[in-house]
Amino acid sequence: MHLFIEIQHIDKIYTDKDNNANTVLEDINLEIPKGQFVSILGPSGCGKSTLLSMIAGLTSASSGDIVVDGATVQKPGKDRGMVFQEAALFPWMTVTENVIFPLRKDMNKKQAVERARHFLQMVQLSNYAGHYPHELSGGMQQRVSIARSLAMDPAVLLMDEPFGALDEQTRSRLHGQLEKIWIDTQKTIVFVTHSIQESIKLSDRIVVMGTQPGTVIADINVDIPRPRDAQKQQVTALEERIMGLLKGEIDKVIHEELAYEARR
Amino acid sequence: MKPAVKRLIFFAALILFWGLGSHFELWHETILPSPFSVWNALIAGFADLTLVYDLVASFRRLLIGLAVSLLIGTALGILLARSKTADDTIGSMVLALQSVPSIIWLPLAMMWFGLGEGAIIFVVILGGTFVMTLNVRTGIKNVNPLYIKAARTMGSNGIDLFWKVIIPASIPYLVTGARLAWAFAWRALMAGELLSAGPGLGYTLRYASDFGNMALVIGVMIIIGVVGAVVDQLIFQRIEKNVLKRWGLES
Repeated sequence: MHLFIEIQHIDKIYTDKDNNANTVLEDINLEIPKGQFVSILGPSGCGKSTLLSMIAGLTSASSGDIVVDGATVQKPGKDRGMVFQEAALFPWMTVTENVIFPLRKDMNKKQAVERARHFLQMVQLSNYAGHYPHELSGGMQQRVSIARSLAMDPAVLLMDEPFGALDEQTRSRLHGQLEKIWIDTQKTIVFVTHSIQESIKLSDRIVVMGTQPGTVIADINVDIPRPRDAQKQQVTALEERIMGLLKGEIDKVIHEELAYEARR
Repeated sequence: MKPAVKRLIFFAALILFWGLGSHFELWHETILPSPFSVWNALIAGFADLTLVYDLVASFRRLLIGLAVSLLIGTALGILLARSKTADDTIGSMVLALQSVPSIIWLPLAMMWFGLGEGAIIFVVILGGTFVMTLNVRTGIKNVNPLYIKAARTMGSNGIDLFWKVIIPASIPYLVTGARLAWAFAWRALMAGELLSAGPGLGYTLRYASDFGNMALVIGVMIIIGVVGAVVDQLIFQRIEKNVLKRWGLES
């Protein structure tokens, strides 16, 4: 299998204002083959979003390298599309204008609009092309954001808890849509989440991260056949296994918070 | 009841009270002329075109002054937002200048530009510039970092990022800055005209006062107030409301 994303010995240490060094990530090593749907799962504060942000080129590592498709990541680029927890659409542009924003310099307007239409169709929002973001619901905005990332035709789609701010029903519907988009486009997807169910429902592989410092504590291949809603038993079994793995980590977070309270 | 109807009744009652007070001589005509005298003074002023020339002259100064102040204010605001050194030095001076009424520059302006258009326009420019500067600076500094991150992952950076994302994202602040600049410029203009040669609304106000024509004094005061309110509510507040809604800052 062709190794597509290589994360090699990544450390991230930041110094707070009292000059204490905090290790956010310690010696992270991951290899992701092309076309894989990988979830990075972990409790809040484990550095999973920081790791994703490093693949995007928005954050730099203290040491180590990230290689995407043979090139070391130095800065953000259109080969890596990013979907944030908030849709991050530009409010002064219509839905179409938002989707063609990354395409402006690569093609003429007519081609770009045509392309935007295609991807808006994929997220079932072609009827809203002329609307402004404030006229759309949160779920619709997030779908536009996904269409905008896909329109750049990135080699990898990075998603940072993209459905975290949505209600349960909307989230469940978008899971179905994302799964279909992934099958149709064959994109490599790195999906950050703190929801065990979400990661099991969507991904080929779950990288479980522990906290303080952020490390990989388990790397699980999910070989449950899709669609997974029908495989209740296997899903529940995996859910319990991961829950067991994370229990100690969550206790660690609570313990730390209590100790912090006690010090105050 | 609609706000507009309430407002109408309020002003009608106010004028009625004023008229009745004058009619029963609760105060002397030379201290506070009756609404009829004020109305007649306004009619006469418009009939002999004095007030028309005044309005044209005042608006000409205002438009020139405001346009220049918006340009300088925007440029200066961008500079302060982008350069820490400029912000630490020029920024503190702008803050100090913004807290003084711009009319205090008039004596100096008269020395530099003479007792005419130049001096008044200079004061108007100073009136509008600094509030615009500070709003542009705040707007650029307060752009949602998420927009910038998203734009960078879409291949935008440097000048493109600045003009295509940062400036549009700070438009709500720019509009508020322009509205405040207009209000400050209008006040500066009236102060400047009171102290200089005509034509102009402020000049006519002082002229009427010198000749004891209190009815015209009040008439001009009403014009100044009405122009201020109309421009603010019909133009700037509408634009501001639309922009805030579109930018998702107000539902």
